[in-house]
Amino acid sequence: MTGTRATVGEGLRQRVRAVVCALAFISLTLVSGCATTNGSDPRDPFEGFNRAMYSFNDGLDTVVVKPVSSAYKTITPDPVRTWVRNFFANIEDVFIGVNNMLQGKFVDGWTDWVRFAFNSVLGVGGINDVASEMGLEKHNEDFGQTFGRWGVGSGPYLVLPLFGPSSVRDFAGLWIDWTVDPLWQYARPIDVRNSLTFLRGVSRRTDLLDASRILEEAALDKYVFQRDAYLQRRRALVHDGNPPRDASSRLREEPAAEPRAEAPLPEPGTARLQAADLVLEAPAVEPAAVAAAGQSER
Amino acid sequence: MFLRLLVVAGALAALASAPAARAQEMIAPDALVKNVTLEVVDILRKDKDISGDRKKLVALVDAKIVPHFNFTSMTASAVGTNWSKATPEQKTRLTDEFRTLMVRTYASSIAAFRDQKFDFRPLRAKPTDTDVTVNVRVIQPGSEAVKIDYEMEKTPRGWKVWDVRVADISLTANYRTEFANIVRDSGVDGLIKALQTKNAGPPEKPVAGAPAAASEAPASEMKKKR
Repeated sequence: MTGTRATVGEGLRQRVRAVVCALAFISLTLVSGCATTNGSDPRDPFEGFNRAMYSFNDGLDTVVVKPVSSAYKTITPDPVRTWVRNFFANIEDVFIGVNNMLQGKFVDGWTDWVRFAFNSVLGVGGINDVASEMGLEKHNEDFGQTFGRWGVGSGPYLVLPLFGPSSVRDFAGLWIDWTVDPLWQYARPIDVRNSLTFLRGVSRRTDLLDASRILEEAALDKYVFQRDAYLQRRRALVHDGNPPRDASSRLREEPAAEPRAEAPLPEPGTARLQAADLVLEAPAVEPAAVAAAGQSER
Repeated sequence: MFLRLLVVAGALAALASAPAARAQEMIAPDALVKNVTLEVVDILRKDKDISGDRKKLVALVDAKIVPHFNFTSMTASAVGTNWSKATPEQKTRLTDEFRTLMVRTYASSIAAFRDQKFDFRPLRAKPTDTDVTVNVRVIQPGSEAVKIDYEMEKTPRGWKVWDVRVADISLTANYRTEFANIVRDSGVDGLIKALQTKNAGPPEKPVAGAPAAASEAPASEMKKKR
């Protein structure tokens, strides 16, 4: 990762060494983290380590990242921030396309590459998202999602320093995302690359300023709230917004039926089970429907 | 024979018209979401100072949004399996506190409104369905559209929202682990207390380093748009 011209082989070896070091560091901290966790959530066996990382990130965010992002938002006019966001989003479209191809979604992948071509040329280097205006929808894909699509489970939840919420699978994905990231790999000299990467980070954080304020408002335990939101979101992204219903989503059905029994007015659609159940359920509680059903049988 | 047919037809028509009249009184769930959203957005657009005025925002949420939510269902969903362990009185208190938390959160969310456009998706449901999902997409120039899904149920008082999913994150599901942890450690009363403490806290932490940025930005940007 130095600025000198290393051969491809050397560069690769260096990178592998860096990753091995990073993994060793993380596995060490994970082991030490395990000692402090109370292991309450099976999805989050490294809770002790994760909470420590979360506090670190949160502190860094409060002291440095959030103020920088707020300042960026205050000093730049709206259109400039949109150009900056679009510029980086356009570069991302290349590997969003690759990931769609790897997941077998060829039409989506092709769309992403067409987006990149149109936006790069007609959108003046990507600062204008003309493709969206033409109806070519932007997608959200990365290597973590591709692994998920291939059937790799998310593994334990993981909070990474600087990068925030992740999982073992998504961490591996993130590493590949950065390994192939055109900006990180090809923007030279290094100063320029670092500045652009910094700007990209600030731009992303600025977009999340409102979201983080709402998180503060909504959460009793911000760590748990953020973790559960991350896991829900990633699960949905892997399934492109249509995650299969699992035990946890069915959980909401049984208890929800409870309050209605005590409610002063009968409320239809109480038991949220299958669609078929609902059809049977509805006439039993709604007087109008009961009457209609009863009379039509005669 | 003809007469009998006519009588049957008349009876059928009468039968059919009764539920139809009822259905007309009740606004369809997708129309309801659209009307309420556009109404709230219109108020936000006209009143430029509202996004910095906490009291006004809460009043707006109370008046326009709260009536369309079933907070008992919502709370039950958030509390999960522990809901059945709560006494009726505890349930009422839980619901009251959770409603307050939701109103505060909603007030924060709508304060962040700028010049987004809405795409109200056609409802994919049978007329007989009593539990539907209304899909809305919030379109913001330069970024991915954000999905907002309202889980709605039919009640005698109209269609009511019992869960909101933002970018596929279910609000009530997101509270479930958090609430379960508190109930496990300090019981249902502990959860009521935790919610009370949360609700009694400061409404909104200003952004560190630039306290004015969060509250002033929306108003100034909206002025620029004009």
